[in-house]
Amino acid sequence: MTWIFENWDRFWEVTGVHLRLSVVPVLIGFVLSIPLGWLASRSATARAILFPLANILFTIPSIALIVITPVLIGVKILDEINVIVPLTIYTIALMVRSVADALSAVPGHVTAAANAMGFRPLRRFLTVDFPLALPVTIAGLRVATVSNISMVSVGALVGLGGYGQLFTEGYQTDNTAKVFAGLIGTVVLAVLADGLLLLLGRVLTPWARAGR
Amino acid sequence: MGGWLFDPAHWSGPTGIPVRLLEHLGYTLMTLLIAAVIAIPLGAFVGHTGKGGFVVVGLSNALRALPTTAVLILVVLWAGLGDFPVYVALVLLAIPPIMAGTYAGIRAVDPVTVDAARGVGMRESGVLLKVEIPNALPLIYGGFRGAALQVVATATIAAYTGAGGLGRLVFDGLALQEFGQMLAGAVLVALLAVLVDLGFAGLQRLTVSPGLRPVGTGGKT
Amino acid sequence: MKRIATALAAVMVLSACGGDPLTGGNNNPAPTDTIVVGSGNFPESTVLAEIYAQALASKGVKVSKKLNIGNRELYFKGVQDGSIDLIPEYSGVLLKHVNKEATEVAPDEVYAALKKALPQGLTVLDKSAAEDKDAVVITKQTAAQYSLKSIDDLVPYCKEFVFGGPPEFQNRPDGLPGLKTKYNCEFKQFKALDVGGPLTVAGLKDNTVQAADLFTTDSAIKANEFVVLEDPKNVFAAQNVLPLINEKKASQQVRDVLNAISKKLDTKVLLDLNQKLSSPDKPEPEKVAKEWLASSGI
Repeated sequence: MTWIFENWDRFWEVTGVHLRLSVVPVLIGFVLSIPLGWLASRSATARAILFPLANILFTIPSIALIVITPVLIGVKILDEINVIVPLTIYTIALMVRSVADALSAVPGHVTAAANAMGFRPLRRFLTVDFPLALPVTIAGLRVATVSNISMVSVGALVGLGGYGQLFTEGYQTDNTAKVFAGLIGTVVLAVLADGLLLLLGRVLTPWARAGR
Repeated sequence: MGGWLFDPAHWSGPTGIPVRLLEHLGYTLMTLLIAAVIAIPLGAFVGHTGKGGFVVVGLSNALRALPTTAVLILVVLWAGLGDFPVYVALVLLAIPPIMAGTYAGIRAVDPVTVDAARGVGMRESGVLLKVEIPNALPLIYGGFRGAALQVVATATIAAYTGAGGLGRLVFDGLALQEFGQMLAGAVLVALLAVLVDLGFAGLQRLTVSPGLRPVGTGGKT
Repeated sequence: MKRIATALAAVMVLSACGGDPLTGGNNNPAPTDTIVVGSGNFPESTVLAEIYAQALASKGVKVSKKLNIGNRELYFKGVQDGSIDLIPEYSGVLLKHVNKEATEVAPDEVYAALKKALPQGLTVLDKSAAEDKDAVVITKQTAAQYSLKSIDDLVPYCKEFVFGGPPEFQNRPDGLPGLKTKYNCEFKQFKALDVGGPLTVAGLKDNTVQAADLFTTDSAIKANEFVVLEDPKNVFAAQNVLPLINEKKASQQVRDVLNAISKKLDTKVLLDLNQKLSSPDKPEPEKVAKEWLASSGI
């Protein structure tokens, strides 16, 4: 713990990088997974393609994906995009199923009622289906966020920033305190982000608790 | 690009692909065994008694956030080289999904069923072992298979501290800037993950009562 | 069919997400007048990079740091693609990296050959007197048991020994291939460890490996009474510390600062810096660099 206070500037700096590298992929991945999840909830064919694909993408080790990304998309080796792309892919892989499950679970009589009231598909999706799907979607988002925060560190093995830098440097110099500082930072960040999303879910879906 | 993978020279000797595959599989199965021995009884106990559920959930979430690289490095710095640090890091990774799956599975068993079991005079141990656990199996397998996927993918990191497994291909490929070797490592890990999952899916089919339909969960670190 | 097409399109969106403009905004490319200082994945490189960066910053040059990147195979690509502009280097290994066939071994010859061999746009500034070579290192017990002093003595036992080093040592001309062609020494097995770091030291100590690649300035050699084997056939050429820099960024002012540092650096300084880094209170490389700069009067 003392390492954090003795090296506050450095700790703060890697915290910022770590946060950026984990949150940006969650946001992009989340946005992209909504149409994909919707597709999967509507079409058995889409499901048959997307779910196995998501599972396979998910099994590619993060270090490998981070290492291979610059070769595949032709960017500089020290570009942060090399972490952002793999983590976005993992987020989508996780979220597609969550979103699809959540949308499929919207009760048929509710959508029928919305249709009967003359809601057009887009309006129905935005004002009825998606809000009702939010609790399950946010549960998925929590898992994706926490796992991203924990995975960003892997990027340090190829020279990218975040708490992982403290791991590799601490390792090279046999400095347990430094590794521990990064570990604490990661866990605190994950717990905070998780709590924030939990809270957000409660605020956005007050009906979910009504009558319990 | 596939040249490295299909070069016969890389398929033999003490550092050949078969050896790396077996090492990787060994880490995975041993890890899952240790994690299951720890996590299933804990999850079952808490699920059965209903006490300390929030501890299980909280602990699972906190463990999920634990960066495996850091755990691996800390244990290496503390205990030295070898397979021990690899197992510590991977077991900690595998415990949360298995424990959460077991806990959720037991909680989800219909209370009427449990009551009926008590009603016919079963002891508590019988209720747990003969009624709750068999009924919870689909969710337990769900957690277990999620853990298996994570462990196969993450065991790659072990190579960072000099251990074996398919991660060697990824890290050596990185060090040598041999793209083909890195790619071979990634593909083989993904392939192994799919095979391991198929294996457990088969096991699930054999051991779960046909009256219960399978479900799956996942998570990754 | 239509549904399949939609799904495929969706998959393509998924795989193309790298092009999202959102991500582009977060890369903060360094402005063209900023010098990005990099370092390799071992503490000595990091502390040298800190010295370069801090000295330049104190003279008003804009610097940013990307430290602890990886090995030469990786960061040299970063120098070439402009990810980094400046990195502390070692003359002999760098020469072998850019020209596998190079045969020069003496410091001045290596330096001259290196200047010629570097790709266009890159250059090295003055070399320092500080030397840090890779070396084949064994434990005191092994040295006594087989009475080993030089790699020549090791040759009859190579087939019995497991050798440990960073993964890249397997392919570098001044690594296993060099030991094979110059000494005809082929080890029983190679174990991939780290770059003269805790793994390699631990591997030697617990006899997982019987011989290993360590740096001659590593304080672990003295601390563990390891024996550095002599290298009469010069697999490991002269290794003077020097700055490798992108020519576009090497203004006269930058050159002056870095050359002044090289003038003050010698092998003893490297030993001291390494000793400080591995002392029990584990000072940050940043701090060690700052202290040295203050004491050297640069």
